[in-house]
Amino acid sequence: MNTNPAAEVARDDSEGMDYLVSLPRRMVTVYLPILCFLIVLLFPFYWMGLTSIKPNDELIDRSLNPWWVVDPTIAHYYHLIVNTDYPVWMWNTMLVAVTATLLSIAASVMAAYAIVRIRYAGSRWVGGMIFLAYLVPPSILFIPLALVVFQYGLFDSPMALILTYPTILIPFSTWLLMGYFKSIPYELEECALIDGASRWQILTRIVLPLSVPGIISAGIFAFTLCWNEFIYALVFISSSENKTVPVAVLSELVEGDIYHWGPLMAGALLGSVPVCIVYSFFVEHYVSSMTGAVKE
Amino acid sequence: MAEVRIRDVRKSFGHVEVIHGVSVDIADGEFVVLVGPSGCGKSTLLRMIAGLERISDGQILIGDRVVNQVPPKERDVAMVFQNYALYPHMKVYDNMAFSLKLRGADVGDLDARVRRAADILGLTALLDRFPRQLSGGQRQRVAMGRAIVRDPQVFLFDEPLSNLDAKLRVQMRTEIKELHQRLTTTSVYVTHDQIEAMTMADRIVVMHDGIVEQIGEPLELYDNPRNTFVAGFIGSPAMNFVRGTVRANGGPGRLEAGEGVSFPLGDGWSAHDGRPVVYGIRPEHLVMAEPGQPAVDGEIAVVEPTGAETLLVSRIAGAEFQAVFRERHAFRPGERVALAPLLDKVHLFDAETGQHL
Repeated sequence: MNTNPAAEVARDDSEGMDYLVSLPRRMVTVYLPILCFLIVLLFPFYWMGLTSIKPNDELIDRSLNPWWVVDPTIAHYYHLIVNTDYPVWMWNTMLVAVTATLLSIAASVMAAYAIVRIRYAGSRWVGGMIFLAYLVPPSILFIPLALVVFQYGLFDSPMALILTYPTILIPFSTWLLMGYFKSIPYELEECALIDGASRWQILTRIVLPLSVPGIISAGIFAFTLCWNEFIYALVFISSSENKTVPVAVLSELVEGDIYHWGPLMAGALLGSVPVCIVYSFFVEHYVSSMTGAVKE
Repeated sequence: MAEVRIRDVRKSFGHVEVIHGVSVDIADGEFVVLVGPSGCGKSTLLRMIAGLERISDGQILIGDRVVNQVPPKERDVAMVFQNYALYPHMKVYDNMAFSLKLRGADVGDLDARVRRAADILGLTALLDRFPRQLSGGQRQRVAMGRAIVRDPQVFLFDEPLSNLDAKLRVQMRTEIKELHQRLTTTSVYVTHDQIEAMTMADRIVVMHDGIVEQIGEPLELYDNPRNTFVAGFIGSPAMNFVRGTVRANGGPGRLEAGEGVSFPLGDGWSAHDGRPVVYGIRPEHLVMAEPGQPAVDGEIAVVEPTGAETLLVSRIAGAEFQAVFRERHAFRPGERVALAPLLDKVHLFDAETGQHL
């Protein structure tokens, strides 16, 4: 403890985050908690990476250090890419995720704008109902949806997923964008209206450019959800060449009760790479969109 | 340029009528200020002229055209908003060019018009900046530039100076007035600040609770307010009011205000003998009483010197009275002072209706 009275006075006057100034304190209050979080969050990735480069005999040998690899190999990756349909699954997942995301965002932008900005009876009510739709769990919704998918003859095709994913994505994206559009001042649109813009021009030339961060975060959300989605992909797709990564890795790399741990982990790790790339590009927008649209 | 005629316009939100039949004729090239306390309907009226609010009843004409059903973009009006409403993602140049681009204006013409407007407002050096890089006054100027570029028939201003600090407000007030003298475009200007109204307007429309209380030139409203609302709203510091009864007794009359206090009246009030009235006198029309002059006695409560003039608050008959002196007196709180109203400047209003007598 510092007993110098002058220093005490100075500390009393200080405010905010100044208590973090000295290094030992910063260690305890900042770095240590961050380290704990990092370990908890990153350990699964470490384990995936480790397992995916361990040769099979090392994987089952219990006398070796399980936290390390002695003789790393890329055999599992080779097996995954050459001997399985992994590249096809990857392409399927990408196709489904990108298309469903684009569809959902386009629909959500228009829905959110109409609900927030166009005055008509029941607009608020519609907003509430849309959110209600989001609360229905997919694990219940997949049964009626399966019937619809069958009726339209979409079963076992990418379209089955492209058209059903928006049922989860649109409600949430619409809600996220509604909040975003609300933070754009009315006067901007009124001014544009007087300046001679039509509703469509207001949307495309004023509202959308100002909502880019919001749209990006809705897009990231939708893309991630599509990429990781499991239950619809499991139910609506049956043939191996149409499967998406999360389902295929599990159904094609597990034979009965034999788990091919090496390729399984390699597949899971490769499968999370695209999402990581998307996040790393847009993380700033993602964060800034949480704090409102127009800052003057 | 065009005249604007507002004929018995009403506006209801649901079942609540907020504007109860307003009629104003605005001449071509005139600068009219709508003024009133907040909630009086002045902004709603302006928004109806712009086409941002539907007109519930009555008519608005711009030029010779009834515009009730005309969408905003076809009314050929330009509006300056209180928070400027600059498009944050566009540079100053694009903000000013936006409406012309939407109209598909020829690129050379567009550029010439933007540069001319920028030149008028001293914005030429700022054309490449974004709104967030500008100060409040500069943003205000860009908002006006955006209006000027279009060369509209009518300018509409919705409290454009409210977000500026006091000094800048005075400066921009002058700029807007100069601009109007130069462009002579019909302008409708909404404000709650009566000083802004007085200094800028060709004519003022005083609104209160959804009706027009009085329309007139600034000094006409100041000298001849039609009722107590206008009398109290126009002028700063505000007019002093006291309730009482007229006693004419033949010659110069007086007003009995109760508690044994009476205020002197001039000649010509004998017809109102015994009538309960509101007596109004402006602070600058109270002077130090000469010996023998009819006056009223008060106790000094507060002295506020501003340099150019001194504001004296004194208590008379339980009410506070303000008086303004340009000459300097040695006032002290607690002392007594004899104030003489200038008799030809006294206003009497009916105690019931508030109408000027």
